[in-house]
Amino acid sequence: MIRLELRGQVSERMVYCSPFFAVIMTLLSGMLIFSFLGVNPTQAIITFFVEPISSIDGIAELCVKATPLVLIAIGLSFCFKANIWNIGAEGQLTIGALAGGGLCLLFFNSSSQFLMPGMLIFGILGGMAWAGIPAFLKIRFGTNEILTSLMLTYIGLLILSYLIHGPWKDPEGQNFPESRLFQDAALLPIILDETRLHLGWIITLICVPVAWMLMTYHLIGFQIRVMGMAPMASNFAGFRGKNIIWISFLISGGLAGLAGTIEVAGPIGQIIPVISPGYGFTAIIVAFLGRLHPIGCLLSGLLMALTYLGGDNAQIELNLPNAVTGVFQGMLLFFLLASDVLVRYRIRIVSFKNKHRNIG
Amino acid sequence: MSELVVPVLLTIITASTPLVFAAAGEVVVEKSGVLNLGVEGMMIVGAVVAFAVGVKTESATLAILSGATGGMLTAFIFGFLTLRLLANQVATGLALTIFGLGLSALIGHGFVGKTFSGLPKIGIPLLEQIPVLGSLLFVHDILVFLSVIAVFLITYVLNKTRLGLIIRAVGENHHAAHSIGYSVVWVRMGCILFGGSMAGLGGAYLSLAYTPLWVEGMTAGRGWIALALVVFASWRAWRAFFGAYLFGGITIIQLHAQGFGVDIASQFLSMLPYLATIVVLVLISNNSSRMMLNAPADLGKSFHASD
Repeated sequence: MIRLELRGQVSERMVYCSPFFAVIMTLLSGMLIFSFLGVNPTQAIITFFVEPISSIDGIAELCVKATPLVLIAIGLSFCFKANIWNIGAEGQLTIGALAGGGLCLLFFNSSSQFLMPGMLIFGILGGMAWAGIPAFLKIRFGTNEILTSLMLTYIGLLILSYLIHGPWKDPEGQNFPESRLFQDAALLPIILDETRLHLGWIITLICVPVAWMLMTYHLIGFQIRVMGMAPMASNFAGFRGKNIIWISFLISGGLAGLAGTIEVAGPIGQIIPVISPGYGFTAIIVAFLGRLHPIGCLLSGLLMALTYLGGDNAQIELNLPNAVTGVFQGMLLFFLLASDVLVRYRIRIVSFKNKHRNIG
Repeated sequence: MSELVVPVLLTIITASTPLVFAAAGEVVVEKSGVLNLGVEGMMIVGAVVAFAVGVKTESATLAILSGATGGMLTAFIFGFLTLRLLANQVATGLALTIFGLGLSALIGHGFVGKTFSGLPKIGIPLLEQIPVLGSLLFVHDILVFLSVIAVFLITYVLNKTRLGLIIRAVGENHHAAHSIGYSVVWVRMGCILFGGSMAGLGGAYLSLAYTPLWVEGMTAGRGWIALALVVFASWRAWRAFFGAYLFGGITIIQLHAQGFGVDIASQFLSMLPYLATIVVLVLISNNSSRMMLNAPADLGKSFHASD
């Protein structure tokens, strides 16, 4: 009989081991699912996880996909560390993309070098504004931020749909629900020739150490961690809970908005009805898999980006539905949460005879 | 007049029934102290399984049963992770939704564009003869009747029976319930499985009767609205029922608004249910002492006998 026994102390080793357990378990169950779908499992795993990154172009594409995931996940880490559940990053991404992209559409004749930086700033502000709503409602009325931030996601997507079918539709676009193509001054420069790798990846790589510093060495990071681990202690220490809620929501909203603008000003190059294939939700998994640590988010973001590329590749090569990606992502989070039990508990195998003696 | 209004009222019933199932099931789950945020995932798995079985077998009964089973199996993953492996309930619920949306798209891949004949209408003898009211209240498919019965049963069991007392005890103070000999884990597992099958029925209603089609991601946030309804209803099943009809009403009225000559872009009208959820949450959360009184005291906390 297997029993869980409370550890005296959280196991540091397990904190870092459990993501690897989770990945291995996901791969094994993935192979099972593939064979169930009638595909050779080894072949499928290679198509899914190896082929997409076996060329320079593929690796560049991986970084392009990882950019929004890593940015959003870093922001969400601040929230989740403080035990604040912002799950509306998808909406914040959308509004950020609309704010940044809107600036470009407003000055569609401009070729100023300030346009692109301005768009990025507007994107951050847009995301912050959208994340500010659940923060305000939580502080002022005590509403549950999980539900409000999620409802705002649906509203944000409908605003996008309205703008793209109405006022922002390209006047020369034959009535397609798409905005104008952004002019060159509004596009993020490509940093590796012949690929789609753009400046956004560099921005992401800068955000990682900055967020790490903020989380580890700055008072804000300390307050966030204390509030998440021991809200009472945080109160006694005189940290202002309201400020922590504001800051963590604004950081995550701002980064999600930035990610949205980077998407429209980078790989997409215009505003289209579907800006993100659920990056805002996938980033939740990225944040947990990355142990709510910026560097972890970078690594897990790359892995999760690979599941997107793998899903596309499997669709083309093996004629599998694209939804396999979602199944993989969900399973990964399940296995991660399951193996996290080992962080706080240890497994004891006890025989039935000894069962009662071991208690107490 | 009644020729115009009755069809609208009937569609409101159709739109509300999935919410009734999901919200009433979640009331039981949360009463036992478990916060399962995976309602959306369980609903959509129920929807796709019910539709797939419905198309394959042409049997409404089998389709409904398998929808409930699909939701229940999905809920079992949640129960196993949170109860046996003590995983964080919020994160596991989110994972369940992401997984459910992916899995349902995978299962439903071959069923896009297929049609199902819909659920047969059942009339209650004699009562269905009443003019206007008869066709409005007493001629429906089995699931509409079942949703009303379920709400009655849940209210009765939770408030008037020993089982309800045990469930509430586990939700209010799991250590006390454990110390007088109740198995917290099994009581909660039972509630989670019940909630899962109810969410599955809600999803089955969507794909079998409301549309009746399979569309990827067709729950469109209804699971989350059901979760909001539980808070709105301050954890009472019958209030959740009325909440569900309120939201169903808003959903349908926005569909008809343009027909009545309201000149607003459809997207703004589609926002109404989501906006209404936020407004309702603000209104009820504002009175925090009332919230504290009604919410199960151990809601969302993991239980391990040794803590």
